[in-house]
Formats: sequence, C-alpha cells, structure tokens
Amino acid sequence: MNIPLRNPKVVMKLSRLGSFHQSRLSFLRSFLKEFKDWDYKRDLFELNKNGYGTAIFSFKKKNRVYSLICFANELDENERSDRVIATKWDTAFTLFDGVPTKLDIDRLKNEVPKQEIGRLSYKELTLSRANKSVRVFNHVVESLSNGVQPNKELLAKVGYLYRTTAVYGSGKFGLADRFRIKNREEIYGPFRLEMMLVYLVRQFTFDQVNHVAKNRNPNKAVNLDPEICKSLGIGNSTGLGMAPFIVNHPTLLNNWIYAREASLKQIREIKNAAIIDSNLFKDCLKKSIKNITSWNTESEYQIKKIKSLLRDLNKFILFLDNEFDFNQEYPFNRIYEYVEEKYEEECVEYVVSMMLEPYDNIVSPFIKKMSSEEDKYFNIPTQRKVIELKTILEDKYSEILNIDFTKKESNFNFWFISKNKEEPRLANRFDENGSDLEQPLAIARDIKKLYETLSIYKDSSTIALFLSNNSDLRHVVRRAFIAEKFPYSEIQDNTIGKEIVPIDMLRLKLSFFGALKFDPRSDKWLRICMFQGAPLPEQLKNYDEHWVYS
Amino acid sequence: MKSLSEIDTVSKRSSKAAGYSWGIAEEIGKNIRLLEIFSLPGIKNLNDFLNKKKNIKLENLNLIAEDNIPNNSQYCPVITGVNFLDQIKTLEALSKIKFKNIAYPLLFLPFVSRASEIVGKRILLKLDEYEFLLNFNNNINSNFSKKEIIEIAKNVSIKILENEDSFNDQEWRELYKLSEETFVEENDSLKQSGAGAGLTDND
Repeated sequence: MNIPLRNPKVVMKLSRLGSFHQSRLSFLRSFLKEFKDWDYKRDLFELNKNGYGTAIFSFKKKNRVYSLICFANELDENERSDRVIATKWDTAFTLFDGVPTKLDIDRLKNEVPKQEIGRLSYKELTLSRANKSVRVFNHVVESLSNGVQPNKELLAKVGYLYRTTAVYGSGKFGLADRFRIKNREEIYGPFRLEMMLVYLVRQFTFDQVNHVAKNRNPNKAVNLDPEICKSLGIGNSTGLGMAPFIVNHPTLLNNWIYAREASLKQIREIKNAAIIDSNLFKDCLKKSIKNITSWNTESEYQIKKIKSLLRDLNKFILFLDNEFDFNQEYPFNRIYEYVEEKYEEECVEYVVSMMLEPYDNIVSPFIKKMSSEEDKYFNIPTQRKVIELKTILEDKYSEILNIDFTKKESNFNFWFISKNKEEPRLANRFDENGSDLEQPLAIARDIKKLYETLSIYKDSSTIALFLSNNSDLRHVVRRAFIAEKFPYSEIQDNTIGKEIVPIDMLRLKLSFFGALKFDPRSDKWLRICMFQGAPLPEQLKNYDEHWVYS
Repeated sequence: MKSLSEIDTVSKRSSKAAGYSWGIAEEIGKNIRLLEIFSLPGIKNLNDFLNKKKNIKLENLNLIAEDNIPNNSQYCPVITGVNFLDQIKTLEALSKIKFKNIAYPLLFLPFVSRASEIVGKRILLKLDEYEFLLNFNNNINSNFSKKEIIEIAKNVSIKILENEDSFNDQEWRELYKLSEETFVEENDSLKQSGAGAGLTDND
C-alpha cells in the first residue's frame, strides 16, 4: 500500500506546527546517539569555595576533541535577569574546537562572559550563558551540605538548576562559520554542537552544586544522587529571536519536516507490525503520560492544550487497550487515520512522535539528511517563464492566495529587528512606529502581491524580464522556486495576521531540538527544559534510547 | 576576524538600508561573502559605495546588450550585475559584452563569477587594466592584488570563454603514453581469463 506524504497545506499550518512534540528525530536525542561512543572527560575544574572559576569538559574520539569551557562568575542578585536586556550572567560558556591552550583560556575568559559584545574566533563553535534557578540551586546546596538529598518534588516542579537564555552558533560574534566544520560526519544533523554545549553545561551544573556543598560542609556533605541528576535538565528561556529562523531557512525547514513526514509515511505503510514494535509504541505512549502530568505552566493557552492532550491521550489509550487489534494489516495507518479523525492536532502530532519510537531503522537514515546546503538553491532560474511561476504559486500557495490583505486584520503586525539587541520583534503595524523597516517575513502577503503582479505579464515572458522590473519581489520569487522543489519549506499561514500566535513558530523549532514541558510566559516567549531524564555522560556508552519516557 | 556569516548579514542589511529591495540585498550579502572568500576587498568597496551612492549619478541597466553606454552617468554595479546574472542564458550567445563606466566594478564582479558557474564556462572580465579569469565560481585568477577601492571602471569587457583544453594534442599524447606504463601487457592466458567475459561473443 502506498500512503501519500501528508499534505503540506495541512502540516505547515502554524497551529499544526505549534502542536509538534519531541521525537526520535529531535536533535538532542540524535546528538546523544552520535556521541555515545566518545570519551567524556572533565579536564579542568578550578572553582573557588563558592563555585566561581573555570572548568573544562570534553568529548574525544580519535584525534577529534570538543571542549566546553565554563566561566562561573559572582553575580549580584539585582543583576540576574533572563531577559534579553541582561548584560551579566551567573555562567558563560563556549564550545572550543580542540584542546584550548592557556592563551586561549585567558583570551576567552575576557570575551565569553561579555557574550554579544565579546569577540570569538574561528576556534570557537558555540557560545552560551546561563543563570541559576536560585531557589533550586540554594536548596540543593543546603540539602547536600547537610548530608541529605534535596526535595524531589521541588526539583521535579522546576526541572533544572540552571537555565540558558541564548545559545549561539554558525558564525555569530566571530564564531566558526559552518563551512569550516560541515564535512565532519559526527555533526551531520542540525544544531549538534549547540546540543553538545547544553548537554555539557548540564554536567557542569551538577559538578558545581556538589563542589559548593562540599566546601560548605566538608565533613557532612554528600553528592547529588545520580538518579536525581538524571531527572534534571537545563532550562531555557526563548523569545522571538527563534521565530524568523524557520522562515529564513526554507530548505532546512523542509528537511526537518520531510524527515518526520517520510518516516511517518513508511511506518503507516508497514503491513504487519511485529509485537515487539507495537508493544514498544504502547509502552512509550503510556509512560509518556507522566511527562504530561508533570508539565507545569501558568499559561492559560498551554493549560488548555495540555488538558486537551491528556484527555485525548487517555481516550486513545483506552481505545488501544480495548478495541484496537495490532494483528490487522497496516495497523499504524489505521491508528493515524483514527487519531486524525477523532482528536485535536496536539494529540495527533503527539501520537505521530510516538509512532516513530519503535522504528530506528526507518527514522535514523533521515537524521543525517536534516541539514541543508542552502546556497545550492539560492540562484533564481531566470530563464523560466512567467506561466511556470504562476503555476507554482497556484499549486503551492493556493490557500495563501485566498487571504485578503486589504483587510486590517490580515496586515496587522510587522516583524522588525530591535536596534538595541539586534533581535527580531513583532509589533502592531497600526499602533507602533517602524513598519517602514519591516523585515521580509510577511511571506504570504508578498507571495500574493507577486501573484497579482505576474498577472499583467505575458505567460511567455521570462522571469529575468519580470525581475528587471520588479526587484521588490525578488525575495519571494526565489522562495517560490524553492517551494517547487521542497514541499515543506513554507509556512502555510499569514505570519503578520492579527491572530498569529508566535510561540507556535518557537514550538516547532523547539520540538525539533527535543524540548519538553513548553511553558509559555506570554504569546511571545516561553520556558522549556532540555535533557531532563537523559543519561549522564558516564552512562552514555550503554543507555536506553527511550530515556525520555522512563 | 569577522565570520562570513556576519559579513553576509551586515552586507545584506546595509544594502537594504541604502535603498535596495530585500531580494537584491540578499544577492549583495552572498556576493560580498564571495569576494571576501576570494580575498578581494568586498566590505571595503561596498562600504564606500553605499556611503557615496547618493552623490553619484547612477543609471540602472536593465536590459543588457553587446555594447552598453550610460547617458552621462555611471552604471550601478548592483543592478547591472543582477541583470547580467538573470540574463546570462541569453547573453551566453554573445562573443563579447562591453560596458562603459561601471561604478565600483568589484561589486559587479561576483555576479559575473556566479554567471560563470551557471553557464559552466570560464569568463574573462576586464576592468580597465585589471583582468579577472572567473573559473566556474570556484576561484579567480587576477592581476589585481591590492586591497583597494576601485570607484569606477571606464572600460569593462566580458568574454565568455568556450570550454577548450589549455594544452595541445602533442602534450596530451605524451602524458597519456606515460600513463600507459601503469598497464599490464596481456598474454594469451590473461586475454582469455582477465576480462571475465565468455570466450565467444556469439552465444
């Protein structure tokens, strides 16, 4: 049976993309799988009794070494802020390519804590900073120094000792450009080095908290129980900075979504599911309920989504246990059709993620194809004809062409780059200044304008001729030809409409990172947790790939 | 040192700020990155051009012909370059294309380099006394080695070179003969067993 790929006009709607969950394809899980055979080492740990100083952690295999350099500095209470306006943090990190010399460390000690206003070099791969969850960190130090383990309920509620507020890579602030490292097999797959940084930062937080507790009470202090460490991740506060990324990298977006869609298609095409696979699917699904029930948020928007997800999943589990026969042909296709018909998008996409769990043989080959050589698709095929471009627009953007942009609500917002932080922002076009400096992220509006402008040209005219008179539409002409080749490259929604929920864009990206427990703090930023439940570095050589649900 | 990613982004944004559309600004970002990869002074020339742009009488050349002469002004290197790139499939048929007065011609160069990759042919670009052999957008051979700003090229010519060998038949034969010394002379036994095929071609 040939199951078609899901329709991009359904999958690429923002509400659907904002319902995505982590899966086997997620970058933090594929990072762990890739680096499980590497040698982990703590190379340097020079912290004072309060936990301030320098530490280095590394992964090594053959001649390749990646070193996380950590700088922990004292911070006044009133200087600690997760907001993007912060200029100081409890800790700052960089992932160094190789083994740093003393000169490198001295140079980086001066630059890394400055973050955006510091200068990095081609030797550094990623950059980040993190702040303590002071309440949790202090509680853990207090408990350990008194020889007892901390309150698990408190830890479970927060989920981490530290949260990062940004992770940078790919040439930002002088960091190495991707072209320098893109041919390394171990980093095929997007954001692998960003994931490595976050994972090693997590280990730093455990070592630091143990160190501080030990110094506070050397005779009585105990180390944090490894099982508790495992249950903790790294928090992350994320704002709109991430949202334009998925618009600005259409072929990359396509490759992420395509990997998921092609995996789903192949799983739906399995005629007879092995018992071991169907049991694993059910097992992961049932265990995952624990993650959902421990998902804390004060956001009404998210609470509603969690409630709906939990309600649908409980119904679905009952259906699986009491009514569904896995011995029938194409069982996963039946399941997919059932959930699509009965449940909300949040649940549908959750079940899709679960369906990927038993099938490493199907999913893994796609992981190495999730990067993109974007420059290959940059040139516009200008010898092609206007009629061809019109056909592409009618085929790939049919729903977008139906949006009426003369209505105020369709044209309500604009995206801009803030001058003080050089970060993307979204604002009301009619109330705020700055729409004349709008970023080219209103793709739906500009595609519609392109279509209307094309209508006055002869079908046989070349794109070269069209562009010589319409340079303002060049960016969307380029995108349309990309969309022709890459079905999942374009969000099928209006990104400047009144009803846009920007965190849908963030959630899509974060789900591919492998984030858990989305906690929107407004419609424009949210907190998440990464690596919660993940194996510790010493456990990597032999770990359960389904750790997310254990 | 600035990363190529920073060079691309800042070039793109500054070009948009100077009045180009986002689509054109994207092209400029990629081009300046390319110039800097080839060790040509991209940022230096772009910065000077964008700063002085308002004071130069620039003409946009939309449809490129064999001979292109502006009317008492200078051709904009960006718009001329974009249109050269877009029209390269048509221009390929011309043996030589000439331009008078292109402002900041180093900003025009990367468009021609990218065109070389699109048509799969080397292109010889002359900017007054400087020559640039553009090799499929992979590298550039040139007698220009200065890190300087060129404000105008009065005479620009472009020759799209046919794909021809850079050596003569005699040189090739000599080298081929030497390469044959890695082959094994077959005796009868090897002729029958070495190829792996059957003994008759008529079966």
